[in-house]
Amino acid sequence: MKIYEKPAAFYDEFSRKGGNVKTTHYCPGCGHGNIHKLIAEALDDMHLTEKTIFVSPVGCSVFGYYYFNTGHFQASHGRAPAVATGIKRANPGSIVISYQGDGDLAAIGTAETLHAANRGENITVIFVNNAIYGMTGGQMAPTTLLGQVTKTTPLGRQEDLHGNPVRMAEIIATLPTAHYVERVMIGDAKDIAQARKAIRKGLQNQIDGKGYSFIEILSPCPTNWGMTPVDAKKWLKEKMTQIFPVGLLKDTTEGQEGKWYRQFADFVPEKTDAYLEQLVDVGHLASLDGVSAPDGLQCKFAGFGGQGILTLGLMFAQLAMRAGSKVSWIPSYGPEMRGGTANCSVNIAQKRIGSPLAETPNLLVVMNQPSLEAFEASMQPGGLLIYDSSIVEKAPQRKDIRVVGLKASDMATELGNSKVANVILLGAIIAALDLYPIEFVKESLKGIIKKKALIDINLEALIKGYEMAARR
Amino acid sequence: MSDENLTAPYMEVDAELCKGCLMCIGVCPKKVIEQSKKLNSASYHPVYYAGQGCLGCGMCFYACPEPGAIRVVKP
Repeated sequence: MKIYEKPAAFYDEFSRKGGNVKTTHYCPGCGHGNIHKLIAEALDDMHLTEKTIFVSPVGCSVFGYYYFNTGHFQASHGRAPAVATGIKRANPGSIVISYQGDGDLAAIGTAETLHAANRGENITVIFVNNAIYGMTGGQMAPTTLLGQVTKTTPLGRQEDLHGNPVRMAEIIATLPTAHYVERVMIGDAKDIAQARKAIRKGLQNQIDGKGYSFIEILSPCPTNWGMTPVDAKKWLKEKMTQIFPVGLLKDTTEGQEGKWYRQFADFVPEKTDAYLEQLVDVGHLASLDGVSAPDGLQCKFAGFGGQGILTLGLMFAQLAMRAGSKVSWIPSYGPEMRGGTANCSVNIAQKRIGSPLAETPNLLVVMNQPSLEAFEASMQPGGLLIYDSSIVEKAPQRKDIRVVGLKASDMATELGNSKVANVILLGAIIAALDLYPIEFVKESLKGIIKKKALIDINLEALIKGYEMAARR
Repeated sequence: MSDENLTAPYMEVDAELCKGCLMCIGVCPKKVIEQSKKLNSASYHPVYYAGQGCLGCGMCFYACPEPGAIRVVKP
């Protein structure tokens, strides 16, 4: 006895806003329903429902989570393959289906699509091609045929104006890591049987670790094509297949078994911490005598681009990291490589840092007038403000903060390199906050500065700023 | 139902779920599915099994875009 009925991988009811929870939200004759059915049936038969994560796109099929009783993620427009990559790599034992329409996969998501294929992600991509934007109301899609009338091509798509329909399956098939690429269609009974087979093969490839499978399915959109469902199917078979011929484009899955499992990722905090510690070996410096890790510093470093203000913030953060604090550093600057204004925020704490911003700093270092004006008011009372008085002409106004001004740029020029003004200010910060022993800073700086030839002048600058501020 | 009918394949349609796209009628090899003159509560003319001749091939099931509208039993 054989019974064909609603597959169990579907929910019993499709709960959603509005009254009807028994039927899909798709229009009469829409191919999505057929494809959903084929997928759900395959999940049943292959016992995959419990470990499948369905990634739906933006488009008509955005509501995959109404229907499939699987894990689900609804990705940003076009990003389904990137999201699927993350899910699959974090959970290599899951079955990940990236289900996308042509507006999603072949327009805004072209980059993600190509690169996921090119990395040979072990996922199954179901590409529903109906040659038009459905959900938004029938605009031209990348796959719209030449001459096809849409809302945005009222005279038909023209090659010289709009280019040609994009054949994604052919493009994907050129990539060596895309091992299975087939185009099928929701046409007559035989075509649907072929689509059913292709979907199952795509899923089986993933189970076997054979890598990336791409199944393009030509699917009717009677509503936006302006046809009855019966005529739409005829048009699909007669017209669409001329540009998008159905058939197997590529199957090089033989011998790929297990090659694409990528079972190396396990995202547990302990492992990532251990990994980061490998990258940043700071242990031996933190044990220097008399060095304690500072806490609760919210710092803003601001000036013109090119003054080394971002580097100053970075050096300060690296020092704190070497002293055993948790740190964050985040820059903010305009499009100019030199000139323009730039600033960075540095947070230093004993606990992990939630936000890298420093909106109410208790340490502000400024190297130009606009930055002083921009950030002075935001400082916490009792905070420390250090400024380069050879550039900043109007002194700070606040009376409830400590202010240290020194002619860092002039001093740097005297030393013979105007670029070390930032390190002079670093010395001043260390002295004014009485943060670390100067020997610790000197030793650390030797490790932080990349160009060995510049170490001496930087150390000289550091001591100069340190002594200058210590005297006050 | 006679004994003969109990062993014969059949298809059934949930008239409330049918959207009247007629895909099933197009693929039915025996042409035993027909469209109703009546409207269902969603204002579609649903299809129904004419009552005889179903092979139980399931083609209408796969051609139907609605997950739960068609059920085919082949004893």
